[in-house]
Amino acid sequence: MNHYETVFILTPVLSDVQMKEAVDKFKTILTEQGAVIVNEENWGLRKLAYPIQKKTTGFYNLLEFDADPSVIAKLEIQFRRDERVIRFLTFRMDKFAAEYAAKRRSVKSSNKVEEVKEN
Amino acid sequence: MAQAQSEIRYLTPPSVDIKKKKYCRFKKNGIKYIDYKDPEFLKKFLNEQGKILPRRITGTSLKFQRRIAQAVKRARHLALLPYVTDLMK
Repeated sequence: MNHYETVFILTPVLSDVQMKEAVDKFKTILTEQGAVIVNEENWGLRKLAYPIQKKTTGFYNLLEFDADPSVIAKLEIQFRRDERVIRFLTFRMDKFAAEYAAKRRSVKSSNKVEEVKEN
Repeated sequence: MAQAQSEIRYLTPPSVDIKKKKYCRFKKNGIKYIDYKDPEFLKKFLNEQGKILPRRITGTSLKFQRRIAQAVKRARHLALLPYVTDLMK
């Protein structure tokens, strides 16, 4: 069970509902294959550094999960088949990357806790 | 001929820039992993056109220069960093 992290960009044309549905689709694909999703982030609409398929913005999503290597091939086929996803990158995390991600998650959850306290 | 050379008076003496000891900032600060997801940090290693700076300028060690290059290429693939641009900073 390796530790993976995949970032994918959805076309900005989608409505929020479609966007959530697309993200959930990939999450279900992963959980069906027996992967354990550790973290999921949505960076929302961001400006792209260069236009992809004539579009200058996109919805960025991050999925961090533990899975067997065989699962990745199936996941990537789904990414290629789905036309809502304009770009994706899957990355196998070594121990330094996993440590960094854990630290990043703790920082993020800590400032979420602060926000709750403030408002 | 040599005579003429010494004739030349410089208004300001040519300052030989002091040799700053370059160090690898990753080894110094103990950074172990370069994240390809935050472009702000990677921009420190790119010039205005968005090209990766060579080691002789940044002074990073070979091991971390390869990781920077790998991270920058991944960020470019995800459109977090441009492949080529002008006046990026």
